[in-house]
Amino acid sequence: MNEFVLKGATVIDARGRRIADVAVVDGLIAGVGDDLSGGSSIDCGGCVIAPGLVDLHTHLRQPGKEEAETIESGSRAAALGGYTAVVAMPNTSPTIDSASVVREVLDLGRIANLVDVHSSGAITVGRQGEQLAPMAEMAALGVKIFTDDGTGVQDGRLMRRAMEYARGLGVTLAQHCEDDALANGGSMHEGEWSSRLGIPGQPAEAEELMVMRDLALARLTGARVHFQHLSTAGSVEMIRLARAAGQIVSAEATPHHFTLTDAECASYDPVFKVNPPLRTERDRDAVKAGLADGALDAIATDHAPHAPETKELPFDQAPPGMLGLETALALALTELAIPLEQILALMSWKPAAIAGLQDHGGLIDVGRPANLCVIDPEATWLVDASRLASRSRNTPYTGRKLKGRVRHTIFNGELVVRDGEALR
Amino acid sequence: MKPSLLSVSDLGADGLVQILELTDSFVEVSNRAIPRVPALRGRTVVSLFYEDSTRTRLSFETAAKRLSADVLTFSVGTSSVKKGESIRDTVQTIEAMGMDLIIVRHGSAGVPHRIAQWVDASVVNAGDGWHEHPTQALLDCFTIRSELGRTSADRPFDGLHIALVGDVLHSRVARSDVLAFTALGANVTVVAPPTLLPPAVDTWPVAVSHDFDSVLPEVDVVYLLRMQLERQHEALVPSLREYTSLYGLTPARAGRLAKHALIMHPGPMNRGVEIGAEVADLPNAVITQQVANGVAVRMAVLYRLLGSGVSLTHE
Repeated sequence: MNEFVLKGATVIDARGRRIADVAVVDGLIAGVGDDLSGGSSIDCGGCVIAPGLVDLHTHLRQPGKEEAETIESGSRAAALGGYTAVVAMPNTSPTIDSASVVREVLDLGRIANLVDVHSSGAITVGRQGEQLAPMAEMAALGVKIFTDDGTGVQDGRLMRRAMEYARGLGVTLAQHCEDDALANGGSMHEGEWSSRLGIPGQPAEAEELMVMRDLALARLTGARVHFQHLSTAGSVEMIRLARAAGQIVSAEATPHHFTLTDAECASYDPVFKVNPPLRTERDRDAVKAGLADGALDAIATDHAPHAPETKELPFDQAPPGMLGLETALALALTELAIPLEQILALMSWKPAAIAGLQDHGGLIDVGRPANLCVIDPEATWLVDASRLASRSRNTPYTGRKLKGRVRHTIFNGELVVRDGEALR
Repeated sequence: MKPSLLSVSDLGADGLVQILELTDSFVEVSNRAIPRVPALRGRTVVSLFYEDSTRTRLSFETAAKRLSADVLTFSVGTSSVKKGESIRDTVQTIEAMGMDLIIVRHGSAGVPHRIAQWVDASVVNAGDGWHEHPTQALLDCFTIRSELGRTSADRPFDGLHIALVGDVLHSRVARSDVLAFTALGANVTVVAPPTLLPPAVDTWPVAVSHDFDSVLPEVDVVYLLRMQLERQHEALVPSLREYTSLYGLTPARAGRLAKHALIMHPGPMNRGVEIGAEVADLPNAVITQQVANGVAVRMAVLYRLLGSGVSLTHE
């Protein structure tokens, strides 16, 4: 029998905040109230107990790029970041585009046993944008989000068919919005900085045109569509207007798009290369505003580990992406001027609802699965790439002082992170 | 980290003028019967060219030899780079052999900046992608200064009007020239169809024109950029023929330039495309002077980085 009590914290969930102890017994929440006892007692004074965070957008790199990350190392990074569930992106090698690869990812997630590893599935075979992947076979294993992330589905007719087919399965299509022809391989945002630095850029419109197209196709087909890592003011505004017009859509933004701008590329350090690229201050502020006013539903990390040697290539040749799992919550707490409850909504219960994860992000009530994180919102810490649990080191935040630290993470009723250290 | 020359913006107006003045003395050296001084004896300079270049590499190597430096050529085509060695490993290997200065050309913007972060040796940017080519800008400034007698130490190009014509978007020469010409006080107009201009050219300290003919009579220098022949396949211009008809310096257009106006080109030229075949040989075309001045300018840069111990970067 595994039981313990989280003592002396403020409990926050979708219902609001209250001061209470939380008792956990055999994987479930066994009590929420004053002066609970039973098993060991874990001090949570000054902290907040919240439903575990949920990441809609995680690159775990396994199978195929184990030198950059494994499902185990990525799961550990997630647990340390306060996550209890992640959705693994399908741009692995082989692509997650069949039941057998989904099974492998889920199995490795269960073996790591640090967070719930959910798998997305590719929309098209090999993410080639040509032929629909066997979505039903993957959905039967519990896949609820389909995406060709890393690239967008270019062909409008194929995307329409994918949406129609997804609607029949009751699953969500998530789109990496990027018109390849317009982006033309650009390595950063096209604008003042790209013009000065001589780095080929991609315009904001390469993202916005696909957002516009897919909003229209979602209206045509009635499919549930989720927009991944929106990065431009125009994209955020289109989602806001669509929602105001009654359309049911969801959208996420990443911590790097609400904290960094394209000016960082002046260092020519590919740690700042990411796709979609870092944009202007105006875009960054629009993403922040969208998170604050509800135009955007979720903060997703787009955690994208890359081996160090690949980030030493010239800027235009290095692969895009940056780490995110271990810094996301602290960046939100440090950079977003919105209440903690709202940050937790964006990082826990709203993404859990988008991903259809019943066991995560729910109310902290007796009988619910104990997937929780304990956060010290006032603790400050210095980001040190060498101390991250990820196998890779490509964080752009090295040396940055952040506010808000994950103290404990409870996954399926067991402490997997205690006092900021992974126990597995 | 030793002083490096990565961008014209590292120099500032004062640094630019100082190098131009120093170049005067190296022009004198180049004109001697034995054009060699012992200024960098015992120093080792390596040229590391990831992208083919005949004139720039030869110019740098000649400059280094005239300063009595030991010069090594790292030939990318036949080296460990072919076996997949990373840039970082390559330059750290070079440094371990005791090199004092690395001259780098690479097809990607920012590579010299990264190398300067990785090694203690001085680094000179000999052209990085579309970004910059600082010594080209210096030799262009020196040529204008000599040919038009603009030798003042304070804003020597005040009142000069320079047109940069052609593919500014993909041109490292244009980026360095704009920084250098404007720092010295010139008014610069970039002349090109919008498809060949950087997307945020409105944030540059230049005027923009799409009408070469209206700019022609006003300028003191017309600087033609090389038109890369493959651009017509990227939907940037409909055809080279149309490009030439609008933006080529044809003999007729050259005839409408002011008498004193200089015609410049960084080379290699596409005669008959951006520059009329005969135009390059007109008396006011100073294209071969540019090449000749390149050696002296690069001597000045190498000397300032290695010889005097004075930083080229203004504080």
